[in-house]
Amino acid sequence: METLSPTSIRPFDPLVVRADFPILHQQVNGKPLVYFDNAATAQKPKSVIQALTHYYETENANIHRGAHYLAAKATQDYEDTREAVRQFLNAASTDEIIFTRGVTEAVNLVAQTYGRQNLQAGDEVLISTMEHHSNIVPWQMLCEEKGVTLRIIPITDQGELEMDAFAKVLTERTKFVSIVHVSNALGTINPVKEIIAAAHRVGAVVFVDGAQAAVHLSPDVQALDADFYAFSAHKVYGPTGIGALYGKRRWLEAMPPYHGGGEMIKEVTFTKTTYNELPFKFEAGTPNIGDTIALKAAFDYLAQWDKQTIAAYETDLLQYATQALESIDGLQIIGTAKHKISVISFVVDGAHHSDIGTLLDNEGIAVRTGHHCTQPLMQRLGISGTTRASFALYNTRDEIDTFVKALHKTLKMLR
Amino acid sequence: MSITAIQDEIVENFNLFDNWDDKYAYLIELGKKLPPLDEKHKTEDKIIKGCQSKVWLHSYLNDEQKVIFEGDSDAMIVKGLVSLLIQALSNQPAAEILNTDLYFLDQIGMKQHLSMNRANGLAAMIKQMKMYALALQQIHS
Repeated sequence: METLSPTSIRPFDPLVVRADFPILHQQVNGKPLVYFDNAATAQKPKSVIQALTHYYETENANIHRGAHYLAAKATQDYEDTREAVRQFLNAASTDEIIFTRGVTEAVNLVAQTYGRQNLQAGDEVLISTMEHHSNIVPWQMLCEEKGVTLRIIPITDQGELEMDAFAKVLTERTKFVSIVHVSNALGTINPVKEIIAAAHRVGAVVFVDGAQAAVHLSPDVQALDADFYAFSAHKVYGPTGIGALYGKRRWLEAMPPYHGGGEMIKEVTFTKTTYNELPFKFEAGTPNIGDTIALKAAFDYLAQWDKQTIAAYETDLLQYATQALESIDGLQIIGTAKHKISVISFVVDGAHHSDIGTLLDNEGIAVRTGHHCTQPLMQRLGISGTTRASFALYNTRDEIDTFVKALHKTLKMLR
Repeated sequence: MSITAIQDEIVENFNLFDNWDDKYAYLIELGKKLPPLDEKHKTEDKIIKGCQSKVWLHSYLNDEQKVIFEGDSDAMIVKGLVSLLIQALSNQPAAEILNTDLYFLDQIGMKQHLSMNRANGLAAMIKQMKMYALALQQIHS
């Protein structure tokens, strides 16, 4: 018989949801805050903030080794989050969940362990034009060290991967593909399942950057057949400074450790050290215990609603904003892929994104402006940057109206 | 007019506005009025690093051995700030520029109102102007 847990479906009402986020209820520059920078970081519900303070007020201890009550409690909660991440990504085992500081550290971990161990001169690593710098630079560093070549999947003017070109650039020389699931600058959802299948056919291993996707798409690493998948907690309403890397057991077992130190060892002598089991082999030193424990509160928070309900709501916000922005003279939306998350990037004739950002901020509206850490993408599109609004489950159509009105005022001042 | 007197005048002008809408509108107006930099000076080596928008600064010594600054930006509010910096520092002796304390940006509330990223860009602009003054002083002496 099914039982109702305290976290089972709660009716989704964005106005009620807003009450859960203390930060939203403030004035910025004399205006009510409109927070549209969710792709940079999402705000935190009270329950996450409380989990963090609860940890420090009641159970702070170092984990995995202590012989006392607090250590046992903290260890239990820390490992409960690992199980929650496993469920979130639908991984086969918690042994395959490595805690990292976020996606950036996860990419570096894979490049420096799997990459250094398995790639050699003449091999190729394949990324795309729309990668975040964090999924470019670690591979460039590896390429420089190993004499490996970095190849790029091109994109269309609409901001979609050119899949025909991908099929051509993917060869038996391709040993690794590192691809973003959802573009942070454009919102494009990439067909990663198809990419992974194609990469596997030539024997390449695939890392998926799930920084933007995790909160919107409920990725299933087994259904995708991803070799590696990473996300950052702060973009899924969790704390900063923590994230997770999923890796298939057979790769993680074969990979050398990333950092050496405590926790990741089984036995240390001055002549020989043996390493700990998965996942601890990759978690040297005292981890970010408090933030990890609070991450579970973020998953519990999201579990109150059916995922489709939130996705449909965010899609509605995207469509509503897209329609409103399209009616503005001289405004061009950058990134018009068929499949997008609730991210909308744009440029306006005669108005620099930096000025737009400053003037919107003066109206209490938080957006991101600039190259969004995707300079090669901006170069491909022939622009220096965009203004980007990105929506979360606590945003409303009313806020979009406020934003559009402020944008009109801004453009009137600038043009 | 001394740099101090010019700064005080700028602060006085800004004090006429009681809200940021008007202050930004004024900066935009200053930006629009600043003559565009000659395209031949808009080169990579004249771009100020650390700004989200592009800022170019060009300088030379005039016949009276004073430092002349010219500048431009692709963003209008930033160009307004460039205009203010030029107003304060251009047509002054290099030694004056090097020794001056630029307090007007604090007093008009600009540093507090700009995000750190842009405040860094502003600091980079000032640093670059002083570097130019230093270089021109050394050429001259």
